[in-house]
Amino acid sequence: MTTHTLSVLVENKPGVLTRVAALFSRRGFNIDSLAVGPTEHPEISRMTIVVSVEGLPLEQVTKQLNKLVEVLKIVELDYREAVTRELLLVKVRADAETRGQVVDAVQLFRAKVVDVAPDAVTIEVTGNSDKLKDFLAVLEPFGIRELVQSGMVAIGRGSRSISERTVRPVPVPVPVATAVPG
Amino acid sequence: MSEQHAGQTTRPNPGQRVAQGLAQGPAVPEAPTVSGAQSLIKSLEHAGVTEIFGIPGGAILPAYDPLFDSSIRHILVRHEQGAGHAAQGYASATGKVGVCMATSGPGATNLVTALADAHMDSVPIVAITGQVGASMIGTDAFQEADIRGITMPITKHNFLVTDPADIPRVVAEAFHIASTGRPGPVLVDVAKSALQAQTTFVWPTELSLPGYRPVTKPHAKQIREATRHVLAAHKPVLYVGGGVIRADASAELLELAELTGMPVVTTLMARGAFPDSHVQNLGMPGMHGTVAAVAALQKSDLLISLGARFDDRVTGNLDSFAPHAKVIHADIDPAEIGKNRVADVPIVGDARETITELVTALRAEKEQGRAGDYSTWVDYLAGVKERYPLGYDTPEEGLAPQYVIERLSAIAGPEAVYVSGVGQHQMWATHFVQYEHPRTWLNSGGLGTMGYAVPAAMGAKVARPEAVVWAIDGDGCFQMTNQELATCTIEGIPIKVALINNESLGMVRQWQTLFYEGRYSNTDLHSKRVPDFVKLAEAYGAVGLTCDDPADVDATIRKAMEINDVPVVIDFRVERDAMVWPMVAAGTSNDEIKYARDLAPDFEEDDL
Repeated sequence: MTTHTLSVLVENKPGVLTRVAALFSRRGFNIDSLAVGPTEHPEISRMTIVVSVEGLPLEQVTKQLNKLVEVLKIVELDYREAVTRELLLVKVRADAETRGQVVDAVQLFRAKVVDVAPDAVTIEVTGNSDKLKDFLAVLEPFGIRELVQSGMVAIGRGSRSISERTVRPVPVPVPVATAVPG
Repeated sequence: MSEQHAGQTTRPNPGQRVAQGLAQGPAVPEAPTVSGAQSLIKSLEHAGVTEIFGIPGGAILPAYDPLFDSSIRHILVRHEQGAGHAAQGYASATGKVGVCMATSGPGATNLVTALADAHMDSVPIVAITGQVGASMIGTDAFQEADIRGITMPITKHNFLVTDPADIPRVVAEAFHIASTGRPGPVLVDVAKSALQAQTTFVWPTELSLPGYRPVTKPHAKQIREATRHVLAAHKPVLYVGGGVIRADASAELLELAELTGMPVVTTLMARGAFPDSHVQNLGMPGMHGTVAAVAALQKSDLLISLGARFDDRVTGNLDSFAPHAKVIHADIDPAEIGKNRVADVPIVGDARETITELVTALRAEKEQGRAGDYSTWVDYLAGVKERYPLGYDTPEEGLAPQYVIERLSAIAGPEAVYVSGVGQHQMWATHFVQYEHPRTWLNSGGLGTMGYAVPAAMGAKVARPEAVVWAIDGDGCFQMTNQELATCTIEGIPIKVALINNESLGMVRQWQTLFYEGRYSNTDLHSKRVPDFVKLAEAYGAVGLTCDDPADVDATIRKAMEINDVPVVIDFRVERDAMVWPMVAAGTSNDEIKYARDLAPDFEEDDL
């Protein structure tokens, strides 16, 4: 099993998320994580899709994805040459006695307490998957009451942009019918 | 119908197929105010549509009002599935985009089978459906179905239009997408509120589809590689698929085949792409392929796949398919290349452009004295073809279905269009009709839709009224869509139906014979008793004939050939135990092909 991170630029149109997600399931691929959001171009959205591939080649799904009319570009990001981040919000049991230790962990991981209740704190942390996993392991003994995690977003290192050449429209001339009444 | 749409004369450039029937620039001084419905019909006229198959209903009703005054002929079918298959038949017979129209909800869902069929077989059709008013979408309104969501996996693309201003652009995009690249079905769902609203009509002069750029021109380096492989091969085969027909590349294929002398196999979708009378044609490969075509692929050292997709019905068990062959895989759809079989030389491009480039390159080599020597291979395959011709046993009693089809081919000839359903009769129709021209054999290949024949034949006859159109149908298939005979009679579409009535779901019965010890669970249709097909035909205003004696076959066919004002149905009451041979059992290797029951061919490979 290998894990791949795809950055997919799509037209920002209704239904495009359904098309992409359904294509993966229809072709027998499982999506581990998916994040969608705007880009520097308002008409383009960017999806970051993490997919585990077993048996079938990833190439088949990227080729099928490329056939979707609203998909503009697909780039596979090498994790060594990309910055990857996920966002985690976690509600941890913390009373007057343990709160100090929890806050220590928060500082060690450069996380942030975003809400405090008498018996719990809510923490925000960003990082790559490994960091979040390690952070959760540290919090585990205190008691995790609830957690929510975003899909991964990723961007390639260096100055190159995957989107700058994508938006240039290539117009197709539409001929007009002869003998059109009225 | 314009000359340009008359079938085989059409040779559109795939990059510009939207141009069919269109020539002149727009002359709209200022945009007139029209209803969305008027805009839709004007858009269809501008897209070059001359015929639509459809049924009105609540949500699409506004569009039917301006359609009443339009130059477009609307053919009122009896079931929306019929409209969909008719659009397919229309498109497959000519290359022009077929159009079907239906209302929301059940009207739209009844198109689903035809859309899936067109998606599998790359047929350019556009489906227009009404949708409930925009404010009602998502409320489970009367006759609401999310047809865009439903058809996402089975269309090349689809649209939901709620803003009437979008109608012309969306229609133009739909026709462009359906007809270019790898052709396919496109659905345009239009909310009733958009049809009723006032808008302006402006036909777009250009389209912006940044994510849709089909590659038609093959890469020069890959052509060079392919040329090198062809020259180096000893046992090459041209493995020709339906893409060659979709791309109107038959003339170029003939040139390539004759230039090189390579043997040709034509898949189910490609029958007619290369003349059956040509000595290099070994027939159809696959599960029910000829022994020579199957042997050619299995023993080849180089497959030149042109517009074919290594379908499981061709390859059998993939691991043992053509084990010694390198593969040149040319297809307009990059996703087909390497999907089932790794390609040594991938070529993305239109089949006609690709074959033209290959011809140019190989001709230049030949002029330099470089050409492949395939004579041992060609002789070997000729021997296989001679030893294992297509054939059948004539039963002691009753009528052989293969004989009926053989005679039909002889009498109706290669200029006729043959349209089949799915099953035994389909396989016999591929084998025992002699095809000489592209677009004369229409069938449901990928999806295998029983019921395709009658409505598709109707569509083909509308597109090519001058042609004789024969549906070769089974008694099971025919009963799924025969209501369109009413449409044919009333609309003056005189198709002919050769019903191969073996009173069974014959192919399923064949499998029960071979793999289920003859336990015929639910395959007996009793259709020599019910319905009375002659009466049924007559009830629909068609002529009904019947035939159960080999001695009467010719006369009955000739009688049908003379009837050109109404549809004709011949109930050929054939013996029910005939089986389709050759056969490769599902999931096994092509090497296990049986020429007849329990009879494996001897390939005499020592000759090779």
